[in-house]
Amino acid sequence: MLKFPKLALGLVLTMAATPTFADKLGLGRVALPEEIAAWDIDVRPDGTGLPVGSGDVLVGEEVFADKCASCHGDFAEGVDNWPKLAGGADTLDHEDPLKTVGSYWPYLSTTWDYVNRSMPFGDAQSLTPDEVYAIVAYIIYSNDLVDEDFVLSNETFADFELPNKDGFIIDDRLETEHSKWVGEPCMENCKAEVKVTMRAMVLDVTPEDTSDNAAAVEPATAEPAKVEEAAVVEVVEPAVAALDEELAAKGAKVFKKCKACHKVGDKAKKRFWPNVERCVRSTSWSS
Amino acid sequence: MTNKTSRRAFLAKGLAAGATVGAAGTANAATPDPLITEVQPWASGLGDGVDVSPYGLPISHEADVVRRNVEWLTADTISSINFTPIHALEGTITPQGCAFERHHSGAIEMTKGDYRLMVNGLVDRPLVFTYDDLERFPRENHVYFCECAANTGMEWAGAQLNGVQFTHGMIHNMEYTGVSLRTILEEAGLDTAGDLKDKWVYVEGADASSNGRSIPMEKALDDCLIAFKANGEALRKEHGYPVRLVVPGWEGNMWVKWIRRIEVMDGPVESREETSKYTDTLENGTSRKWTWEMDAKSVVTSPSPQSPITHGKGPLVISGLAWTGRGAITRVDVSKDGGKTWETARLAKDGEKMAMTRFYLDTTWDGEEMLLQSRAMDETGYVQPTKAQLRETRGLNSIYHNNCIQTWLVNSKGEAENVEVS
Repeated sequence: MLKFPKLALGLVLTMAATPTFADKLGLGRVALPEEIAAWDIDVRPDGTGLPVGSGDVLVGEEVFADKCASCHGDFAEGVDNWPKLAGGADTLDHEDPLKTVGSYWPYLSTTWDYVNRSMPFGDAQSLTPDEVYAIVAYIIYSNDLVDEDFVLSNETFADFELPNKDGFIIDDRLETEHSKWVGEPCMENCKAEVKVTMRAMVLDVTPEDTSDNAAAVEPATAEPAKVEEAAVVEVVEPAVAALDEELAAKGAKVFKKCKACHKVGDKAKKRFWPNVERCVRSTSWSS
Repeated sequence: MTNKTSRRAFLAKGLAAGATVGAAGTANAATPDPLITEVQPWASGLGDGVDVSPYGLPISHEADVVRRNVEWLTADTISSINFTPIHALEGTITPQGCAFERHHSGAIEMTKGDYRLMVNGLVDRPLVFTYDDLERFPRENHVYFCECAANTGMEWAGAQLNGVQFTHGMIHNMEYTGVSLRTILEEAGLDTAGDLKDKWVYVEGADASSNGRSIPMEKALDDCLIAFKANGEALRKEHGYPVRLVVPGWEGNMWVKWIRRIEVMDGPVESREETSKYTDTLENGTSRKWTWEMDAKSVVTSPSPQSPITHGKGPLVISGLAWTGRGAITRVDVSKDGGKTWETARLAKDGEKMAMTRFYLDTTWDGEEMLLQSRAMDETGYVQPTKAQLRETRGLNSIYHNNCIQTWLVNSKGEAENVEVS
């Protein structure tokens, strides 16, 4: 299992030479079972760590629509730059592959674990185990991997395998790259000619520096950045005769559920996403 | 005044001054400099008292030396990243206040009093430590770089972002104070774990993302630190206050912030951050996993697009950074012609393991166009590859671990641009 047998050997020798457990300081206290149960919630690929429970696709669809769809879309297709959870089957060897739970993730346990501990975004650890089972069932249904009568439970979990389970190899850079890129490098006459093949200014996706001192540190760019009007949607305030402050306060409270994805106020305009197709590579990072 | 106008004015002024100096070596002034001949306000009046700034910020004239983000990159700024202004920094230590941030659920606010660290799993005694407990273990101090695996990731398919802050700024380099992870694990006892060769630790943070990662036991017992200070002071909130994990030389995603739990396990968890993300898809559609080490890499930080040459011909300091997650940097070469010929740069100090190295090429600029590149070598003999070499091996769909040689096209005005060359 270890990547580097040499290092593993070194480790064993080091361990043997060190009086490993002789110097305990007696700091800390013993963790109580309740405390371990509260924090030790990780789920392994074989299902170890799953709580008892179950959920089906239809319930999952409802829970997903209520708690997940504002960012991930009704069909797990993703809204704006938020992660797409479905689609992309057989695209991994294409240009710009679409990596989703169905097309890329190797283990369903990862989905269960992540939804359970970190979702919904802004309200993590609020889902019941049954809701998590249902959401995960709906996500794999959205990837056309199960039928609508599918039920996921702690008992059936280990039976399900994602399509890209065997799509990963352990880091082989030492063999495939380091063995080639070593030794004394060329210092003179390394190339016959050098041509510029691509320029960042042509793409023009670099953020402008708007600070007062920007002028003193940035070089002239070829052209001023294009104003991203196409991607900007003005938020038009409806004319209201008088603000119902009580209603507004209620709205502000309810809006807490929305603000993970939606912004209002002076900066709201900047939260609409420009067209990422302009970029060479959008490199989705979301969440 | 628009940025564009002021930039032009600034460049024109810089070039005029450069021409005066560059043409004749040591120049003669036509008229006395009023900054010297006239008494200036600061030489006559008084400055601030010692109570004006109990915790100092950089002077207002340096207000542009800040972290910046790229809005289109992520869906929002909570689960997002910003970039260290490495174009404007020197030496190797990154000030905490401008060291890049990467959060998956935002930078949480936690007190030392509320902090708990649990060690459980295959240990002799599962333990809980408070922050005060951690400060009673023997401490270590080390300087390490922390580089996001996605640093330079937006440049895989082509030259895209025009500034070294954006192409290479997902990195910082700090002096950490903390307790070795080995010490903490041994306090809990590893007899229960049996043979340690095939054991792992799973580490997770206290934030909503938890950002859990599995680390092989050999690394956990080697050089990982449970750190609570950086550059002499408490960690900043955005870097995991009060306690973060330091995993020297390995991708930044593993440096779990607000670390709350360490579980000794008999295998990896295969968490979201080590399967769906931080894996590297090759041309044939298979993906590398467990690509933990950051390979040798370097970049010229000045001149660069955000740090143009403003002094005209003559003496020029080419300054840059180099680092490797596989030991120490041993040499950096610089090319001014896009890789046809190379000169060996001067290392400001000998390379240190898993820490940034500053290099300089003290040279003379003739005012001609340059295609500036730097190429790092580390103690394993590895030579930083070109983008073409990386693409040949990995294809175009990779995101992480782009350690290619970077090219800046510096034109005759001293302006620099991010380009790719043949």
